[in-house]
Amino acid sequence: MNGPHDMGGMQCFGPVKPEANEPPFHADWEKRAFAITVAMGATGEWNQDESRNARESMPPARYLSSSYYQIWFEGLKRLLQERDLVSADEIAQARAMGEPKPVKRTLAAAAVAETLGRGGPSRRETTKPARFKVGDRVRTKNINPPTHTRLPRYVRGHVGTVERIYGAHIYPDAHAHGGGEDPQWLYAVAFEGSDLWGPDGDPAVRVSVDAFEPYLEPA
Amino acid sequence: MQLRVRALESILTEKGYVDPKALDLLIETYEVKVGPHNGARVVAKAWTDPEYRKWLLTEGGAAIASLGYIGRQGENMVVLENTPKLHNMVVCTLCSCYPWPVLGLPPVWYKSAPYRSQAVSNPRKVLADFQVTLPEGMEIRVWDSTAEIRYLVLPMRPAGTDGWSAEQLERLVTRDSMIGTGLPLRPQDIAS
Repeated sequence: MNGPHDMGGMQCFGPVKPEANEPPFHADWEKRAFAITVAMGATGEWNQDESRNARESMPPARYLSSSYYQIWFEGLKRLLQERDLVSADEIAQARAMGEPKPVKRTLAAAAVAETLGRGGPSRRETTKPARFKVGDRVRTKNINPPTHTRLPRYVRGHVGTVERIYGAHIYPDAHAHGGGEDPQWLYAVAFEGSDLWGPDGDPAVRVSVDAFEPYLEPA
Repeated sequence: MQLRVRALESILTEKGYVDPKALDLLIETYEVKVGPHNGARVVAKAWTDPEYRKWLLTEGGAAIASLGYIGRQGENMVVLENTPKLHNMVVCTLCSCYPWPVLGLPPVWYKSAPYRSQAVSNPRKVLADFQVTLPEGMEIRVWDSTAEIRYLVLPMRPAGTDGWSAEQLERLVTRDSMIGTGLPLRPQDIAS
């Protein structure tokens, strides 16, 4: 989806403002929003790509005016309601009213370290051969799906070079929408800054994205 | 936000979906245990151990895991080497992808619109926002983490550190130097 999350190349946001000695969290609610998001993710009721898709589906003006943990919180509420785990009424009334729905797993305190240590590996074996090799010139397709994709707008339709091959990984475009894991080869594809941004680009800059094979065609 | 988040947490707890003790532990993990000091240890080891450096640059995940840094948001680690001719910088233009096991949770600026928008189109301007100026002619290579690969920058070892131990060198490795928006500290920066 061509949403406000896809920010590469926008120019209207002003300077980056680093904060000296920044703490991991800036408020108690950020800690709790972080923890409930990770703990609910561990229930297995949705995957990471569905989670990203939920965040990206926020109304654009709200997405752009929210802090990142606010975006996480909105995404979490959306997923909980979509899966009937929590109702809109419960959120509005700020209390549990209906019966809980069984979830696949709950994250126990004793399992936290092991669960974080395991992570969520996206790498998959595939019998399909990789279509491209290092050094190949490839063009990113000009696709504009109304659904989740990890091909940013600023590289679409541009020619770049395959620099690295990362094996096959879960394909987010399918995985975010019930299409299963559908593993696809993943490549680091590098573009010249001047190809992406024209004469306004810096000639001494190169930019790469990690692109799944279905995003690419031979150039 | 405080009331709304706490209200949702109590709904989730009451329904048995989350264990409050697990929530506390998750917070403690990223507030105390996991942070840029992990990445600093990786970098300092690479600066002092040529074999480790070689391993780190070819099999980043395994070399980092050998120091115990594994798991969530670090499942596919790739390490990028800065050289006198090349400066690497990492961004996630689409969300906030970041190598948690070695750097902890991302700072606010990394997740913010100004950084995500300009890192790929005007990285020199972004570096200026961090008071970093690179020598003329040095190429900037920006890595947009659009999939599940997580990148760590291996900065150049500062001059004047001959004979320093890995433990001493760790103090020079900043979080930003491992993202590519900063350079390591120099010996005179930490002289007391």
